[in-house]
Amino acid sequence: MNGHDAGRRQFLAWGAGAVATLTLAPGVLLLQSAHGRAPVEAASGAVRWGLLIDTDKCAKGCDACVTACNRENGLSGGTRETDAQWIRKVELKDLRTGREASLPMMCQHCEQPPCVDVCPTGASFKRADGIVLVDKHVCIGCRYCMMACPYKARSLVHENLADQRPDVPRGKGTVESCTFCVHRVDRGETPACVRACADAGHGAMVFGDLNDPASDIAQRIARYPSTQARADLGLNPGVRYQGI
Amino acid sequence: MKIAYREIEGRSGAYWLLLGVLGAVTAAGLAAAWTMEHRGHIVTGMTNQIVWGMPHVFAVFLIVAASGALNVASIASVFGKGFYKPLAPLSGLVAVALLAGGLAVLMLDLGRADRIVVAMTRYNFTSIFALNVFLYTGFFVIVALYLWTMMERRMNRYSTPVGYAALVWRLVLTTGTGSIFGFLVARQAYDSAMLAPTFVAMSFSYGLAAYLLVLIAAYAWSGRTLDVAVLRRLKNLLVVFIAVVLYFVAVFHLTNLYFARQSAFERFVLADGGIYPALFWGGQILLGSLVPMALLAHPRLGAARGTVVAASLLVVLGGLAQMHVTIIGGQAFPLELFPGMQESGSFFDGRVHPYAPSLPELALGLGGVAIAGIIVVLAVKLLAFLPERLDGRVAESP
Repeated sequence: MNGHDAGRRQFLAWGAGAVATLTLAPGVLLLQSAHGRAPVEAASGAVRWGLLIDTDKCAKGCDACVTACNRENGLSGGTRETDAQWIRKVELKDLRTGREASLPMMCQHCEQPPCVDVCPTGASFKRADGIVLVDKHVCIGCRYCMMACPYKARSLVHENLADQRPDVPRGKGTVESCTFCVHRVDRGETPACVRACADAGHGAMVFGDLNDPASDIAQRIARYPSTQARADLGLNPGVRYQGI
Repeated sequence: MKIAYREIEGRSGAYWLLLGVLGAVTAAGLAAAWTMEHRGHIVTGMTNQIVWGMPHVFAVFLIVAASGALNVASIASVFGKGFYKPLAPLSGLVAVALLAGGLAVLMLDLGRADRIVVAMTRYNFTSIFALNVFLYTGFFVIVALYLWTMMERRMNRYSTPVGYAALVWRLVLTTGTGSIFGFLVARQAYDSAMLAPTFVAMSFSYGLAAYLLVLIAAYAWSGRTLDVAVLRRLKNLLVVFIAVVLYFVAVFHLTNLYFARQSAFERFVLADGGIYPALFWGGQILLGSLVPMALLAHPRLGAARGTVVAASLLVVLGGLAQMHVTIIGGQAFPLELFPGMQESGSFFDGRVHPYAPSLPELALGLGGVAIAGIIVVLAVKLLAFLPERLDGRVAESP
């Protein structure tokens, strides 16, 4: 074997490596940056999806997040007592100081979700990445999870449904709640409410991986004080509030 | 002396009329369940705020009373009181019937009642609800065994050990039923270890009242003798049970009143919550406890048949009032998302939630009572549950 051949082989190997890197790298890097995952891939326990809400930026009277959620998930947007509401605006007033705050309230995607504990059939479950969901095929509609949820985040579908979104199956007689737009998150996008809040120019909602120290949400939580709704219950919700 | 049990004749017009009425109420309940299944829970008064309504008031009452209806059998075989022995088989029958009625209501109220197979095959063992499925089915099996040991002479010698098992099982069962609420950390009305023993005490009282109503009706309508000595003992027992319930209820509320964070809820349920304080003081305490206690304690009239019937009916109605206050009042009081803050929002945050039961849910609840009634009425005709006579000679103290 002469030196010329060896040099050529090495050049070919490097070339092949370079081509392979160029072909695969964008995909790999994109996946890494967007945290999307293929449908066959299981949700990762290394990730904990979370949402930080800056109540100082959340405008009173603005319900862009609510309408976006309704549109994305095919909800009617009705506000009767029997209508499903996955996200709602709540106005707070501290009676001692008179200070007011406005914030969106939805499933808090607890680390220790009471709805999952009480569900008799296991229909309420928490995905490895912290998203709390209801398996519509296993839910028997007993509503015990609705009794157990401290945030009143869940709704029973009281009537027949029409015009469902293919990504978001729902069912009369079963319980449902905010999914963090799991179908979007799995595609590498942010939940519809977060997107709508940014589009409305408020940017009050930051979605991301709480476990990734480099993520925007993790850095903000590390830098600024934030609170959890009903922190006294020790459920460690994935949703945090800033400014209250 | 030997006790002669005999089936009732059950051929009179009145018998068939009773069965017909119970059948009609059951049919109304089933029609209600079908409507709820077909059109959804929109036909009920239940909402996303009051998620458990009238069906649960009836179902939980029936399940709690079922456990207590077994008192008489337990006293006979576990505590060895021969006086109660002739009364024991009916006690087991009423227990099974009430549980069947209660479970029917609970199951038919499900958003997806058609998925009963899912409920029976998939269990999440951290859920007290799932554990209760085992406790309820186990109760049927144990009480059926218990009845067998009581009613089949060759099996009589096993009735004491099976009686012990049934006693322990029903105490666990009612603990489980109370814990459905006791384990709800999120709501101020619940979240208390007091609820489990309180439900056990309530089961004694409601169950005995239901048993007395069935016993008196069965003997009166079949023309058999029911000695006043039997009623005197049982009514004295009922007075004690009512007093025990009052004690637990008092401790529960006094504890809550002591905690500043609970004072708003206590004010709601005891004073300014509209229908709930009215049902609590007027229904549960006055009509459901104090009046029946006074009636039964009356030295001359206390053991009269009419008095015992009236008092037992009042205890049952008081029990339904209590379940209404506990289950619906507990949900009507708004959840606190951020304690200390005033809240408002489109999902009715920070507001007391209204509730008006609809006809279908009432029909479903009453249907459960009728199912229990049908089971008893048919069983006493088909099997020898009732002693031919319950007079002083049969019901002798050992």
